[in-house]
Amino acid sequence: MKYLFKNSHIIDPTTGKDTKVDILIVDGIIEKIGNNLSIDINSLTYDLSGKIVAPGFIDMHVHLREPGYEYKETIETGCMAAANGGFTAVCCMPNTNPPIDEASIVRLIKQRAENVLKGLVDIYPIAAITKGREGKELAPMMELVDAGAVGFSDDGSPVENAEVMRRALEYASALNKPIIQHPEELDLAKGGLINEGYVSTMLGMQAIPSIAEEIMIARDLQLTEYFAAQYHAAHISTAGSVELIRMGKKKKLNVSCEVTPHHFSLDDNAVRSFDTNTKMNPPLRTREDIEALKEGLRDGTIDVIATDHAPHSFDEKQVEFLFAPFGIVGLETAVSLASTELVHKNIISISQLIEKFSINPRRILNLPPILINEGVRANLTIFDPSIEWIVDIQKFKSKSKNSPFNGWKLKGKVFGIFNNGIFHPPE
Amino acid sequence: MPLASRHLLGLEGVPKEDIQLILDTATSFREILERPIKKVPTLQGMTIVNLFFESSTRTRISFELAERRLSADVVNFSADLSSVKKGETLKDTARNIEAMKIDMVVMRHAAVGAAHFLTRVIKAIIINAGDGTHEHPTQALLDMYSIREKLGKIEGLNICIVGDISHSRVALSNIYGLKTMGANVAVCGPKTLIPREIGKLGVKIFYSVDEAIKWANVLNVLRIQLERQDRAFFPSLREYRQYFAITKERLDKSEKQITILHPGPINRDVELSAEVADSEHSLILQQVLNGVAVRMAVLYLLGTRSESK
Repeated sequence: MKYLFKNSHIIDPTTGKDTKVDILIVDGIIEKIGNNLSIDINSLTYDLSGKIVAPGFIDMHVHLREPGYEYKETIETGCMAAANGGFTAVCCMPNTNPPIDEASIVRLIKQRAENVLKGLVDIYPIAAITKGREGKELAPMMELVDAGAVGFSDDGSPVENAEVMRRALEYASALNKPIIQHPEELDLAKGGLINEGYVSTMLGMQAIPSIAEEIMIARDLQLTEYFAAQYHAAHISTAGSVELIRMGKKKKLNVSCEVTPHHFSLDDNAVRSFDTNTKMNPPLRTREDIEALKEGLRDGTIDVIATDHAPHSFDEKQVEFLFAPFGIVGLETAVSLASTELVHKNIISISQLIEKFSINPRRILNLPPILINEGVRANLTIFDPSIEWIVDIQKFKSKSKNSPFNGWKLKGKVFGIFNNGIFHPPE
Repeated sequence: MPLASRHLLGLEGVPKEDIQLILDTATSFREILERPIKKVPTLQGMTIVNLFFESSTRTRISFELAERRLSADVVNFSADLSSVKKGETLKDTARNIEAMKIDMVVMRHAAVGAAHFLTRVIKAIIINAGDGTHEHPTQALLDMYSIREKLGKIEGLNICIVGDISHSRVALSNIYGLKTMGANVAVCGPKTLIPREIGKLGVKIFYSVDEAIKWANVLNVLRIQLERQDRAFFPSLREYRQYFAITKERLDKSEKQITILHPGPINRDVELSAEVADSEHSLILQQVLNGVAVRMAVLYLLGTRSESK
């Protein structure tokens, strides 16, 4: 199978490549990159004028819900949502049932993924840090890595016990794998539904203070420094967290962090609608936090944009705010939200956007970088930063539609992905 | 002028004219309550459901009396939330009840925003009779009515709410309503029971009851909810009583007359001494009577508003 992408604007931050060229892909391998490549009658030709061709994006924080919660999402629907959202790879989090705390589950997930869309989307499981995600005993990390796990997290729950966290950091650092912490001090967060602040005061709603997140990150940074380990803070949401990670990086610690698109796009005023799709953990924070997150994205403190894609069924969210589960889907709006809120508002460049969706997460997970060179397998995300469109949740490929962004007008749209020999164009 | 909204979900954002209209209408109903025949045919033919997911004797009875005195047909649905949660969702419960052709729902529910949620899943007129720790608008309306009745005005008065501000729907509705009506509002209690950012709602904060008494014309004393003690918001009831209870000795230190309100039920000798609760400056029993009149006014204004549409 031959594909010819005319007038491609390649931006590859790894090599610094930033050129407008044609790309010829034969049987999944980039055969030629050059100007005015001639159109072959046997090749599918696309004119990519105005579109960016980037190394394939990876979302390092996704809940695929399988096994255990297939009514919310399956590996199949999750991969389709990822492909639709411009991701050639996802990391799936271990809070499944059973959780990903033994090698057989890692293998099961990887096998299932191979059959979806002919293996279009690569799945890199994140395994549990502790057995049953209970924060007590370490999961068999070496076996999990051998089976294909790329990192460890008890996501949804923090590792609260400092000694367990110490052992996890030490053990995983010998395997060159990051410990991905869900930073939350549970006693401070107990019972909270939204951010503690003006809005929670107005609504009389039980709240989660920003320090619940920051205290855990502060402790973890101390551990990371002492044990010279690798630490990644998942879904940071507060100005204080940005500052802590910034200090950690200044000290040259091996630390990194991610932010979700909803945390830089929406503040806690959105909760005043009582829309259960504004309920997530960590909660939506304040305008000031958003400004700090954006500054962190701009100055490189925040390495990664990841969605924390958390599908929940329609009925689960059609309840009182108190009873609704935390979380929203994110795969199919992430790139467009980043384009709209960050690139078009001059917070980051397109090249930085690519770093945060592709280069940095792969570096943190110690995955080989993706290059756009002749002779390598094509792993590409193609998007148009200038197309305006309106989000329609009914068009999502995800099994769940729990998004607060329905009806939003966004600027920037994914055109398609190319991976494992397959081009997945727009519909 | 009809009310701006077809529901009464809270007092946040309710315009002054609407609160004024409700209080003025309540005055007329209050007169009716003094007559030998206390019933008017205003809402004849309307069906109102009292949907109570939290036990509440007085609010439910007050609403029910108000409904019956307006000649509405009344259905009561009371359920323990924990048993409801296991079975049907609120959405299904409400839709099933609505399928029987009802016009209005009065709901008490433990979850913040439950009344707002209900407006999205059924078409009936919704009156919030308390949603968790958020709002309890008719309580604040009857508090304002009682203050106005006793002191002739609301505007310019210094009104302090004392107690567990963090977990009180009565406090929030009072703050919104009283601010709109031009009162100076303060809150007083242990710091652990006062939200960190309450000052942004434009209220003064006292951590000492004596200071609050010095400042206030009216004290609205909240019930200390004994069941919250497991979270250790304050050291003990004994300490609370010693430092925050409203007692005659404390009030006697003030030269001005201080009017006392309490939304009930009272923990006697915890937040309020018996002497004060039963004194001539306490409006507690008037509040109960006024509650019926105010709820009649709300039901009437909302019920007839929808008829005219």
